[in-house]
Amino acid sequence: MAIDPIDARGDLRLTRITKTYGDFTAVDDLTLTIPKGSFFALLGPSGCGKTTTLRMVAGLEEPTVGSIHLGDTDITTTRPYQRPINTVFQNYALFPHLTIFENIAFGLRRRGVKDVKEQVDKVLNLVELPHLAERKPTQLSGGQQQRIALARAIVNRPALLLLDEPLGALDLKLRRQMQIELKWIQREVGLTFVHVTHDQEEAMTMADTIAVMNEGRIEQMGSPVDLYDDPETAFVANFLGQSNLIKGKIDGNDGDSLVIDLFGQKISMPKSRSHAVDSSLYAGIRPEKFRISRTGSTVRGNVLTGGRIEDVSYIGVSTQYVVAMPWGQELMVFEQNDDGVPPFNKGEEVVISWEPNFTFGLRGDEDIEAGTEVDPEQLDE
Amino acid sequence: MTLPKVRVPYLLLFPGFAFLFTFFILPIMNLAQTSTQTAIVGGDTGQYEQSFAFSNYIDAFLENREQFYRSFIYASLATIFALAIAYPLAYAIAFKSGKFKNILLVLVVAPFFTSFLLRTVAWKQILGEEGFLVPTLRSLNLMGEQTTITSTAVAVVAGMTYNFLPFMTLPLYASLERIDPRTIEASGDLYANAITTFRKVTVPLSMPGVVAGTLLTFIPAAGDYVNASILGSPNTKMIGNVIESRYFKIVDYPTAAALSFTLMAAILILVTLYIRKAGTDELV
Repeated sequence: MAIDPIDARGDLRLTRITKTYGDFTAVDDLTLTIPKGSFFALLGPSGCGKTTTLRMVAGLEEPTVGSIHLGDTDITTTRPYQRPINTVFQNYALFPHLTIFENIAFGLRRRGVKDVKEQVDKVLNLVELPHLAERKPTQLSGGQQQRIALARAIVNRPALLLLDEPLGALDLKLRRQMQIELKWIQREVGLTFVHVTHDQEEAMTMADTIAVMNEGRIEQMGSPVDLYDDPETAFVANFLGQSNLIKGKIDGNDGDSLVIDLFGQKISMPKSRSHAVDSSLYAGIRPEKFRISRTGSTVRGNVLTGGRIEDVSYIGVSTQYVVAMPWGQELMVFEQNDDGVPPFNKGEEVVISWEPNFTFGLRGDEDIEAGTEVDPEQLDE
Repeated sequence: MTLPKVRVPYLLLFPGFAFLFTFFILPIMNLAQTSTQTAIVGGDTGQYEQSFAFSNYIDAFLENREQFYRSFIYASLATIFALAIAYPLAYAIAFKSGKFKNILLVLVVAPFFTSFLLRTVAWKQILGEEGFLVPTLRSLNLMGEQTTITSTAVAVVAGMTYNFLPFMTLPLYASLERIDPRTIEASGDLYANAITTFRKVTVPLSMPGVVAGTLLTFIPAAGDYVNASILGSPNTKMIGNVIESRYFKIVDYPTAAALSFTLMAAILILVTLYIRKAGTDELV
């Protein structure tokens, strides 16, 4: 081999990776490029293949088919200890018999680095825990262990840092704080981070690019804004936030816009945001993009009439409504409480309106329930 | 009737204390008393009186130095061999056995279902002239016609290694099993190859099991006399054999008692030094 894998640097390329366990296909013909220096998230429900993908990159599993390259070096079958890749494990996997200092120094010592102390002290300062160097892992809180696990990995300045549900064991408040910190640390050290999570908020907060995975395949890849604003599949529309998906028919063209018939009411949407393959489609609108008005008041944009407030939940910054439409569907509407107008009451007749540009179109043969069910049994993979 | 809360712990401890007092403290005090007695002048065999003869200890030790040394050497060898056999076994059961784990664990304990004595006698047959081992070795010219295995130190150490193997295997298994496999993966992830991972992660994390296993093997092995008397010869006598014959055959109670205390003290000192050295503050 011309290049020693341990020095390989560059983009990570997965080419047509498949991983099967007996009859079960965990990862199905996956092709993916993760640019050097990016913060990349693999997002999906448990069992979607994201952890298996990560373990193949780390070298803990070998792909059944396909190849993995780091820069120009093929690392598909390279042993984990020969890859310039480090992992922050789900439960941190700190060495309980070693001090925090020795935990962090472990990788440096294995590579025969001199002057371990200076580098360890530097990352301990980076994660703001220099006073814990002589403690044992069991004497640390969950949040502290998490930072040490991160320090133990980044001290090696790997070409790639893998994070396997790194914040899963922390409580909500600490998780929010660590999300911001991780993002900051990534910018500070300039390493490529690949982050695996089932938490869409976590992925959106931290990653530059998200690949949404489902059943061993990538559903859609893009920036958080792209994925949220213009989901291409029902799975992505439902897994990232909430969506209202209304069955409709493409009724004609109007310049750059499509005219859509939703149960007899006409709306329009940009052609570029439709992913339909024939005339049938689902029109998708995010709940916060809807506006609610009393029947009879003047409204702009796309309008759907005949709604009736079915349920009202006041949650401070916003009010969430369930609006029953004439065709029997219930739509979710989030209204910001910023206009001094008291919330609507249950049973009121309303019209719903929104900017045509916010509409996205999905194929008419989609399963609109995809990505909505979360099985709590499976949350902890 | 409700009991005041403070009394409950004492009440729970009482049966244990009563048992230990009757069957451990009292006998050991009795033994201590016996160890400094001397024979009644003109009395029958087995008649002794208290004369605080602490010289009994020095006499007993000087007379049986050889057997003392031998006991500790044999016990150490048996412990080392048992560790060498049990570690890979426990490792395989803990990490590589899959669905056979429980069956293998039962097999480790299975010998306990037959008597210790019977198993040792069985070893005498395996290693004896009529067993398959000796004729096989002789036909391969690995053993002379005159040499034997039984009645040698080899047989005694082999017997002890075998008999105490489960005491080594089970604590080792327990501590290996508790190791989070992710720490092993993390070691590989941090540039350690399989051998380094074993040395730097697996072995240190299994130290509690190593310490517990070696103690559970060494302590009973040092005091054992069954293996030496069934598999050995007069030349392989251990201190346990001496105590046994002093007590039951020669009816020299004071010497048997003094030897017992000396053995206990020696084991206690060695074990203390060992635990200090092994530094197992996390020995759970």
